[in-house]
Amino acid sequence: MDNKTNQWREDFPILNQKVNDENLVYLDNAATTQKPQAIINDIDKFYQHDNANVHRGVHTLAERSTEQFEAARVKIQKFINAQHSDEIIYTKGTTDALNIIARSFGEENIHEGDEIVISYLEHHSNLIPWQQLAIKKHATLKYIELDKDGFVDLEDAKKKITDKTKIVSIAHVSNVLGVINPVKELASLAHMHGAVMVVDGAQSVPHMPVDVQDLDCDFLAFSGHKMLGPTGIGVLYGKEALLNAMPPVDYGGEMINFVHLYETSWNDLPWKFEAGTPNIAGAIVLGDAVDYLEKIGMQNIFDYENKLVAYVLPKLLKIDDLIVYGPHDPKKHTSVISFNLKDLHPHDLATGLDMEGVAVRAGHHCAQPLMGYLGVNATARASFYFYNTVEDADTLVKSIVATKEFFKNGTV
Amino acid sequence: MALSKMDNLYRQVILDHSAHPHHHGKLDDSTNQIELKNPTCGDVLQLDVKVKDNKIADIAFSGYGCTISQASASMMTDAVMNKDIDTAEDMVEDFSNMILGEKTDTDILDDAATLKGVSQFPARIKCATLAWKALHKALNKK
Ligand SMILES: Cc1ncc(COP(=O)(O)O)c(C=O)c1O
Repeated sequence: MDNKTNQWREDFPILNQKVNDENLVYLDNAATTQKPQAIINDIDKFYQHDNANVHRGVHTLAERSTEQFEAARVKIQKFINAQHSDEIIYTKGTTDALNIIARSFGEENIHEGDEIVISYLEHHSNLIPWQQLAIKKHATLKYIELDKDGFVDLEDAKKKITDKTKIVSIAHVSNVLGVINPVKELASLAHMHGAVMVVDGAQSVPHMPVDVQDLDCDFLAFSGHKMLGPTGIGVLYGKEALLNAMPPVDYGGEMINFVHLYETSWNDLPWKFEAGTPNIAGAIVLGDAVDYLEKIGMQNIFDYENKLVAYVLPKLLKIDDLIVYGPHDPKKHTSVISFNLKDLHPHDLATGLDMEGVAVRAGHHCAQPLMGYLGVNATARASFYFYNTVEDADTLVKSIVATKEFFKNGTV
Repeated sequence: MALSKMDNLYRQVILDHSAHPHHHGKLDDSTNQIELKNPTCGDVLQLDVKVKDNKIADIAFSGYGCTISQASASMMTDAVMNKDIDTAEDMVEDFSNMILGEKTDTDILDDAATLKGVSQFPARIKCATLAWKALHKALNKK
């Protein structure tokens, strides 16, 4: 590995800037990723040449935008190896997708006394929709324990998932602990008990190969902006038979077959769930982002990030007074790394790192129950993507040490 | 080295207040209490105030937060101790103006005036104002 750069970094113009007089080291990729110039250009190109509403014109531009909008759907279908392109529903993002599952599938299938099973490490967007559904339906919300490394514990899952369980919903990759959860095994457990398996793929789909047929999950949610795409576009994957049986959640244009005065018939999948004018440019450009990622290869991205973790994690573990959460074995750890300096609030640490040009997140990462589970109020989090380099990792380590010294000695 | 810019934020007095906060704890005889949370970071501040004869006769804070929020709470309790309510409310406003980088009279704020540098760190403004917001809410709690 070249230390200073790699063959992809130059594609990202935003990385080439100074922050607080230092070279920017962007390590907040779990929050959102940067966009390559080609993607930025594609957004322009769409609005300069092809912009029109989809599915409702006979003119040439409408034809073109519809064609690209649906072509992107097919790219996304292939990207996650879905069986049919109508299993790909465009949403605003992961949060929106999970809410749709709760409000449609959940609303129809959860009854008093049923169980919904999640885990202690879920992002609020894979927690509150289920919690509120459980309250409304007088169902029981159950939490699977984590093992000592922070993985969702399969042994506990076997106890928590019962014949009363109707929905199991788990993050594929944690946005705090950097663990890859055994969602394939969890799906098989869920199915054994007649429950559906929902996978929050917000942190997995951008970083590793994800094959919905191999996982045999029933639903998968992910966000475009965490995988080089724009904000405001994401995906709900669902098995065709399930989606067909589910009622729409939003009503309006596009999602109808025929509207009579006193009743309406719904459009086919996927449009049944896509009421109103969608994020057309966002969807098309997400398709381009998929092309970009596939050109590198998802396995290559995973392997590259793995090498970065193998390089940086031992260095972080060597820093005195730095507490690193999640597994300490780099082979078990994804490129999301949370940590705290002893006796220093993560906000103070993050401000120190920002002064050195290093962008990390500090806070509860929308996972307050997990913070409680770990016995902390907040953590700092560095999260890498394939455009990050060994030099970025070195700067992170150096800056943590410098910040530690600053607070130890009062001034630098 | 860009870390030296932090000197504008983390002045020695601020670090001292944070390491050894004044009026830290609870009051047995408080008249006004409040718990405020900073939802972006999960920090919590509990403030106990004892108002007597329209004056802040005693005050204490507890909870969890960063260097800036802890120091700010400590400095605030020092500054408003024994002040009458109207003066304390004026100080809340002075502090807020100072942090937002507006011209204001900071003499009355005592050590809290050393938090002026926070105005150059927009991401940290909420940390500094939490304690003062809590005071304002506590005093206006019916
Ligand atoms: C694990 C996980 N789930 C869900 C989300 C929510 O994604 P979005 O805000 O794009 O809807 C995130 C992103 O912060 C996440 O990391």
